[in-house]
Amino acid sequence: MIGNTIDVKHVAELARLQLKEESIEQLQKDMENIVAYIEELNELDVSGIEPTAHAALLTNVYREDVVAEPYGRVMLKNAPELINDEAIKLPRVLPGEGSN
Amino acid sequence: MIDFTQMTIHGLRDLLKNGEITSVELVESLLARVDALDDKIKSFIRIDREAALAMAKESDCRRATNSELSPYDGIPIGIKDCICVKDDYVSCASQILEPVVSPYDSTAVSRLKAKGFIPFGRLNMDEFAMGSSCENSSFQKTANPFDLERVPGGSSGGSAASVAARLVPAALGSDTGGSIRQPAAFCGIVGVKPTYGLVSRYGLVAFASSLDQIGPMTLDVEDSAIILETIAGNDKMDSTSLPIENNTLDYSSIFSKLPDNLNGVKVGIPKEYFEADGLAPAVKQAALDAVEKLKKLGAEIVNIELPHTKYAVAVYYIIATAEASANLARFDGIRYGRRVEGKDLVDTYFASRGQGFGEEVQRRILLGTYVLSSGYYDAYYLKAQKVRTLIRRDFEKAAELCDVIFTPVTPDVAFKFGAKSDPLSMYLSDIFTIALNLSGNCGLSLPVALDSESGMPIGMQFIAPALQERKLFEVAGVFEKYGVGAKFAPAE
Repeated sequence: MIGNTIDVKHVAELARLQLKEESIEQLQKDMENIVAYIEELNELDVSGIEPTAHAALLTNVYREDVVAEPYGRVMLKNAPELINDEAIKLPRVLPGEGSN
Repeated sequence: MIDFTQMTIHGLRDLLKNGEITSVELVESLLARVDALDDKIKSFIRIDREAALAMAKESDCRRATNSELSPYDGIPIGIKDCICVKDDYVSCASQILEPVVSPYDSTAVSRLKAKGFIPFGRLNMDEFAMGSSCENSSFQKTANPFDLERVPGGSSGGSAASVAARLVPAALGSDTGGSIRQPAAFCGIVGVKPTYGLVSRYGLVAFASSLDQIGPMTLDVEDSAIILETIAGNDKMDSTSLPIENNTLDYSSIFSKLPDNLNGVKVGIPKEYFEADGLAPAVKQAALDAVEKLKKLGAEIVNIELPHTKYAVAVYYIIATAEASANLARFDGIRYGRRVEGKDLVDTYFASRGQGFGEEVQRRILLGTYVLSSGYYDAYYLKAQKVRTLIRRDFEKAAELCDVIFTPVTPDVAFKFGAKSDPLSMYLSDIFTIALNLSGNCGLSLPVALDSESGMPIGMQFIAPALQERKLFEVAGVFEKYGVGAKFAPAE
């Protein structure tokens, strides 16, 4: 896998990130350097090793469902744009012409 | 009135108790100090002065009627900008959260408030805690109080610089790969990365959920013990919080009967840390001098191996970026924060994220997306999780041989602004701190000396197995008092 070229534009599409055209070349170089570095893990034989997803090694935590005061009303004040102070205004969902 | 060079939380506790100062006087004098010094250091992003003074007045009223919430009632504490304080801004030093006001207190902050501590200001950081120098803040570059041309470290650089400059007696930071311990070492203060799961992450804006921990940054070990026992313990709002009740934790009582030696304590010295490439001669010498002092104090020095250390940075930059790419997906300009209007909904996501996130955050989101993307998951993410198991086992084996592990915190002292422009060289500066976040161990960074050439602080790290914080505080406390014997303050 060493020497892989990374299609930064494709990865940015997946991440929903608009990149500045002039920064793409540098980003690609940086990412390829970093990925070449992390490829050093390939020296290790990890067959039969269990993965660690979490340092705390806890099992599922269950609790009763309880009704609590939601923060929604307060959080609404942080919304970029509101309708009647009670709903978040969204940009149009379907692409096309016409007003929002 | 207050000798700032001697300021500690336990010292202020005694001054408040004896009526030698009031909380209002303390807050006012700290605000005056911020006004005088922080123009150059730039550690605070903002301070809600009215809120801090109002809380100080309430604290003084409680004391006047002998109804203080704890001996620490009325003592201010700085808060890193990724930790929520109710009704205050929380921005993670990012443009994408400008402006967002937190509707609730993080558990760490609500526990501090319950003891009367006063949240004091929002401290600068690398954007979303991604960085090792504070240079990735979208607001300002924080300077190291020991040399204004050098970085304070990161990502909790504002926390470290404000405490080192005695603008606030203590601060909360967060540590995902060294973000408390590295800036603490660069600024000559104490910083603790607690055992994963000991401190609730509720109200900490998530960077890498399996690694993030909130911890104290203070002027001595005793102060870190005081803050940690206040904020730690089970919280039903965080399902990864360990089942240990807050009222069963006691770290600070160690200091009322601190031993004067380390007899019987086994201190592990991992050769991988002492022989690492890029370890500066001054730091290596300080580490070897410290080992001699540990011996003189009666500690038994044990040579140990942590053979998978050299893979820790690679594992970290797979796991942390993968988790970050998922965690940061919620910032899309729709429900809160900054929106950059596009031609439709999806275009608005792209534009808001493209313009709201800085360069390093974008780089890590891209890297995390890449390692999780179709065809690469097994090769990178799963493999990294398996190597994470090997790193964890290294520490488990070491724990059979020693009580604590002793290492440098950083390969070198604080560097100058712009010195690490290549992202990979910046990542590699975290080589000594990262493994503990992967394994879940606790670690403490203690200043031990000043570099004779640059005058910059040098920090050493004590590492203990999960939930051995009491041991960590005791060993570091003895070494601080009888091995180091001095505090390090920048010139006033």
